Formats: sequence, C-alpha cells, structure tokens
Amino acid sequence: MRRVVVTGLGLVTPLGADVETSWKNIIAAKSGAATITRFDATDFHTNYACEVKAPDHEYGFDAGKRVDHKIQRQVDPFIVFGIDAAGQAIEDAGLTDMTEEERLRAGCSIGSGIGGLPGIESESLVLEHKGPKRVSPHFVHGRLINLISGQVSIKYGLMGPNHAVVTACSTGAHSIGDAARMIAMDDADVMLAGGAESAICPIGIAGFGQARALSTGFRDDPTRASRPYDVDRDGFVMGEGAGVVVLEEYERAKARGAKIYAEVLGYGLSGDAYHVTAPHPEGSGAFRSMQMAMKKSGLTLAEIDYINAHGTSTPLGDELELGAVRKLFGSALDTASMSSTKSAIGHLLGGAGAVESIFCILAMRDQIVPPTLNLDNPSENCAGVDLVPHKAKERKVKAVLNNSFGFGGTNASLVMAAV
Amino acid sequence: MSTADRVTKIVSEHLGVQESDVTPEASFIDDLGADSLDIVELVMAFEEEFGVEIPDDAAEKITTVKDAITYIDEHQG
Repeated sequence: MRRVVVTGLGLVTPLGADVETSWKNIIAAKSGAATITRFDATDFHTNYACEVKAPDHEYGFDAGKRVDHKIQRQVDPFIVFGIDAAGQAIEDAGLTDMTEEERLRAGCSIGSGIGGLPGIESESLVLEHKGPKRVSPHFVHGRLINLISGQVSIKYGLMGPNHAVVTACSTGAHSIGDAARMIAMDDADVMLAGGAESAICPIGIAGFGQARALSTGFRDDPTRASRPYDVDRDGFVMGEGAGVVVLEEYERAKARGAKIYAEVLGYGLSGDAYHVTAPHPEGSGAFRSMQMAMKKSGLTLAEIDYINAHGTSTPLGDELELGAVRKLFGSALDTASMSSTKSAIGHLLGGAGAVESIFCILAMRDQIVPPTLNLDNPSENCAGVDLVPHKAKERKVKAVLNNSFGFGGTNASLVMAAV
Repeated sequence: MSTADRVTKIVSEHLGVQESDVTPEASFIDDLGADSLDIVELVMAFEEEFGVEIPDDAAEKITTVKDAITYIDEHQG
C-alpha cells in the first residue's frame, strides 16, 4: 500500500483564525469559552459556548479573506469555515497551482456532523412567516454537508474523489482516515481532508441541551466549564470551526520537496451497537477502534507518546474512554501523555477529529503537548495517568493517537508519526 | 432614494459587485456574474424592497438592471 503523509494544515477555531494563532493560544492555556454572542441564550439550558470570534477580536475570523462575498451570503457558516481552512491547508502545502493532470488526481473529503443548522432554522422561520416563495433559492446547497467539498473542489479545480463524511463527532477523524485510504488505494494522490461545524444557534443549543449533553453550571465563568476528567464536569461546551489537512502520497511529496508534517500510519473504525447517545458501558467500541488503528500502524503501544483524547467533559464519556485506553495500553500508558484540547476550544463536533489531529501534528513538530484545562480534581480513575493538567508540557513526541467518538455509537482513531 | 439607486444597492450587495459596475445596461448574467439562482434571489429581494409581485414569466424577461428598474416603476403601487 502507498504511504500517506500530511503536507498542509488549516484551522479556524475559537482560539484563532489560523494554525499558528490557534496553537499558540492552546499552548498558552487560553480558553475560547464565553457567553454566547450570536443570540440571547439567557433562557436556554446554557448561555455559553466556544464561538469563533468576530473579525474585530484579537484573534477573530475574517470570512472575506478566502471566501467570496456572494458565497458567504448563500451558505451556512460551517461551509465558510471549511472553505477557509481548506484554503489555508492547500496554500501551506504549496499546491494552489497544480496542473490539470495533478488536479485530476486531487480530491476532497471534508465533512460535518450536523451541517447547516442555523440556516435550516432561519429559513424554516421564513417559510412559516412569509411562505414558500420567500425561501432562499440557495437554501439546499447552502446547508448540505458535502458542500464544503463541493465548494473547495470548484474553487481549486480538484477533480479527484469528492467525498463528505457524516458521522457526528467522529466526522473529522473518519474524513482523514477515509481520505488516507483513498490515497493508499491509489484513487488519488492528494486529498484535502477534515471537518467543520457551526451549530451554535437557538435550535442547536436547545437540541443538545434537551439531550442533556451540554455543560450548564458555569454561567458565572464559562472558561471553567469544559473540564474533562475533573470531578465537577457536567457536560460538553459547544465549539465551532474547522480543521483541514492536505494528505499526499509520500513519494510524490518527497519528490517535490514538500514540507512533511507527519505520516498517517493507522486508522481504526468501529460501532458500539449499543445506544444512540450513551457510549458502550465497557467502552468496547472505543477499545476496538484504538486497537485497529494501532494494529494497522505497526507501532508498539509503548511508542505512542501523546493521546489526544475525545474527552468531551461529559460525566460518562470521559471515564469510559479512559478505561478503554487503560485496558488497551496497560503499562505502556506510563510513558504517554494524554490530554483533551476540548477543555480549551470546546467540542467542535464534526470538526473535532480534524482540528485535534492537527494539534497532534503540531505537538510532534514542537515537541510539546497541549494541556487539559480546569483539571483541578481528577476523578478517581485518573490516578497514574498524565493528563497534562493546566499547563502545556515539553516532552518527546514522535507518535500520536487521536480518538473521536460520536452519537450513534461511531468511533474513529488515527495513529500518526513523525517521518 | 430613487428606484435606480435602491436597485443598484440590492444588486451590489447580493452579487458582491461594486455599485459603479451596476450600470443600467449591465446584464445580470453576462456582466455581473450572476447565475440563474442568483436571479431568483434578486427578484425576491426586489419584491421585498418594493412591495411588488414579479411572476416567473415576467422575471424571465428581466435580464438587465434597466429591465428591473422599468418593471418596478411600472408595477409599484
């Protein structure tokens, strides 16, 4: 099978509109959580989230940088974030000027967990109040999940595989894993892969609130709300943004002298076959997903230096993931660090796996692992595991494991290593 | 503001073009980069702004900025 490497990165997160700003703020232990500004959430289950900041903010996002004005008006924010992150990644890889022959072998695999929820909500209200003749003609293709891949392929002329994963919070990891396989199987030479989300709108907060998934108890200080593994955690904090990587066949990347960030070595997938929202009580799906990724990678468990956990800050999920990691790694966990960057940027749902894979790659580049914020009192099961509380930690990082688990009992794990 | 100024503003905002490019003779599709769905959206915006109804068969005949202004001026209450 052909080897697959990462040669470009792009990020839009609540802590920055690009890779370096987001990473610098993650390492500086900043939190992207604050009171919701998009709408008045006072009477909702929770009134805080990790929003991508407005352009006038110190690390705000300027949609106009890479997305045409007309497209911005027609599509939901998750597509705008996705187009921008994809643009960053392809620019970073130096692949904006590929020949037609190259572009025939270059594709997109950029998904989302939910898609255009804010637009579905607002256009439904238009339908209700003004009737069918006032619904936007761009309503459908401005909300569809595969329209990041669609828009990006049109913008850059990418005529290879055009794919979009929809596996809830595992989307970003599945997107990268699937795309890596397309390159390994010789369906493409270059793939833009990742995920995006923007569902911080009334129906999104109400829906996740009603599912009892959100943190609700930290209105006084939202920066303390996302606290994976801490005894006082009470649910996830909704985030938004996008992460996209450029995946490239190794020999091709080497031949053109590309900057190679990491190699995708292992990809594991599994289903819990248990419950729509609750994880399997023994973490069996998570265990099998990690196990498959490790087996494919050819690495030993002791070679994994850093695990970016799914760790959403929910009472049940964090414990079960930790249990599954312990069961798989055994004593090999003694030399690894494991943290949840959701403590800083919240849960980016369909974007999470891609954004967190990029953090894993940057941890290898800079030999430093990002912290788990707010881990003041680790729950009992955490004893003996280095969860990198509060502060980033400099250490050897040569190989990493990233976990993502989603509603429906869908699990994905990626193993990457420095080349 | 005159009908022409209001139309110019709507077209500029919806299509992301400079107001100076929105001349009376400009064709929505050939000169201003619109596609057929953009025209549907523009017609909706004109209906909202001016309180007129523009049926599909009339909308099909509106291809330039001037066509739009003329139709609105002739049909406005």
